[in-house]
Amino acid sequence: MADLSLSNVRKAFGALNVLHGIDLKIEDGEFVVFVGPSGCGKSTLLRAIAGLEDISGGDIRIGGEIVNHVPPAERQIAMVFQSYALYPHMDVYTNMAFGLKFAKIPKDEIDRRVRKAASILKLDAVLDRKPGALSGGQRQRVAIGRAIVRQPKAFLFDEPLSNLDAALRVNTRIEIAKLHRELGATMIYVTHDQVEAMTLADKIVVLNAGRIEQVGTPLDLYHAPANLFVAGFIGSPAMNLMEARVSAVADGNMKLSVGEQHISLPYSGAPVAPGATVTVGIRPEHWIPGDGPSVKIEGTVDLVEHLGETSIVYLRLADGQMITVRYPGDIFCTAGDRFVADAPAAAVHLFDAAGQAMLGRRSGPAYGILGQEFRAR
Amino acid sequence: MKRLAKTVALTLLKIVVVFYTIFPFYWAIVSSFKSGAALFSVDFFPAIDLTNYRDLLTNGNFLRNILNSAIVAVSVVTLSLIFAITSAYALGKMKFRGRGIVLAGILGASMFPQIVVLSGLFGTIRWLGLYNSLGSLVLSYMIFSLPFTVWVMTSFIRQIPAELEDAARMDGCSTWAMIWQIYFPLLAPALASTGLLAFIASWNEFLFALTFTLSDTVRTVPVGLALISGSSRFELPFGTIMAASVIVTVPLILLVLIFQRRIVSGLTAGAVK
Repeated sequence: MADLSLSNVRKAFGALNVLHGIDLKIEDGEFVVFVGPSGCGKSTLLRAIAGLEDISGGDIRIGGEIVNHVPPAERQIAMVFQSYALYPHMDVYTNMAFGLKFAKIPKDEIDRRVRKAASILKLDAVLDRKPGALSGGQRQRVAIGRAIVRQPKAFLFDEPLSNLDAALRVNTRIEIAKLHRELGATMIYVTHDQVEAMTLADKIVVLNAGRIEQVGTPLDLYHAPANLFVAGFIGSPAMNLMEARVSAVADGNMKLSVGEQHISLPYSGAPVAPGATVTVGIRPEHWIPGDGPSVKIEGTVDLVEHLGETSIVYLRLADGQMITVRYPGDIFCTAGDRFVADAPAAAVHLFDAAGQAMLGRRSGPAYGILGQEFRAR
Repeated sequence: MKRLAKTVALTLLKIVVVFYTIFPFYWAIVSSFKSGAALFSVDFFPAIDLTNYRDLLTNGNFLRNILNSAIVAVSVVTLSLIFAITSAYALGKMKFRGRGIVLAGILGASMFPQIVVLSGLFGTIRWLGLYNSLGSLVLSYMIFSLPFTVWVMTSFIRQIPAELEDAARMDGCSTWAMIWQIYFPLLAPALASTGLLAFIASWNEFLFALTFTLSDTVRTVPVGLALISGSSRFELPFGTIMAASVIVTVPLILLVLIFQRRIVSGLTAGAVK
């Protein structure tokens, strides 16, 4: 077990920069998820930590020791690959024992570790089978077993669930979470699936175009996105982002115009010049009318989706912008109806022209207020 | 009725194809039991007379020739496969400048007809001091077996997912161990089929064998076979030649039968996911 730290890690393929100076600290025993759209560099970063890619600059420390030029096998980390990458010509036992053989571990110790891992992962019955004779879930477990037997300082997972079908994915996700609790090991997990990220992570690292956009707990990212990218990336359906113009800031209040409509928010941040363009963000599920100060936006219903536990209303504003509203339970309106969406001011996010959050929001208060709103209903 | 006609037609066609492919070999076997004037009579089921075989195996250098052929073919196959798998790893899995040129060069080298390189190769072999030795044949056969084996191995090794190599590296596998413990077993079916083809080519080769060897004791079977002569210069001992052909062909047929299953299973298995 060990902590990991990356300082100014850069990676370039020829003239193409893939990672632009990544700084990150991962505590001992933490479950960290790298998430981001495809091509954001999350897999490259993981492979760099594993030692499968040389880095072009910066330092990677594992347990305080710089490992920039240490070969992968000597970094005492284990990796689970997307395609499992089991050796097709070896049985399950040999697959798991293969790396230990190179580490010059005595035979009886290898046997003990493989059998222990097999019993944790319920693979005892298939130890003498080849990977070809296993189901997808079993192969996935063999890949994890191959990592466990090495007793690594950290586990790396590269989109380990993307080859499984939906039902198995949920099960395996839960198993990985349990495994993390039992082993207490540092784990780094790469995925593009935000549900996996939200459910598994102690800490999520959102990457975009080779840069870290935000690091935080899942609820931090949900309630207090630091910028437009994170706001749009975390949450499904995605946060509504409306272009607005600041008309006045006075007495702790900011008046804004969204198209022809005027809204007003409590504001105590840095001074903003009237006329500045900002982005107002409100999550679809936060359009819940409350008692406190609220923000109202009027539009025409474009489409309603009834999902049973929620209803999703697509609104078109007068200036053409679209808004998604998610109500718990059923809602009775049809396309063409006029509709006023109403959200508490505490649930509103505000981003400046550069896309940075302006309200300095924390996850606690907003969550508390909205939680009460739900209870009050 | 229509189905019956179809079945009959198909069966007839099968018989024709089998007859066409098997008959020459059958005729060789039949002729190998005959000698003298009997060779010229048409007799589909002659008495089995092994005189020709006995003569071959007791007299002359025929056994020595078979041994030579075996030594040459086995050496060519072994060396070709060792070089092919290592160079295929480099050409298929490593990135370096000029990789495409090397591959094209290897392919280009195999396009020259044997006769074109014969005189140059003869000079090289004299210079290396390999003339009239089995080494000359091993060297010259590899000129033609290597491009083929390298190309086939390269295309096979490229199909093996890169993550497998990453996993092996995480497990602490050196490049050498990776080639022999990961790629070698996975490529076994491809190795069996390319090895077999290289074996057949070396076993049957005639032109180089005739040119680079002189004495009876270093000749290989195809040359030895061609030089079998009768009791007088006017007699061509077809019976003996046919017996020799049969003996020479049997090892190839056995090899194909042994490896056939391997080759077929290699085509269907090997998926990773």
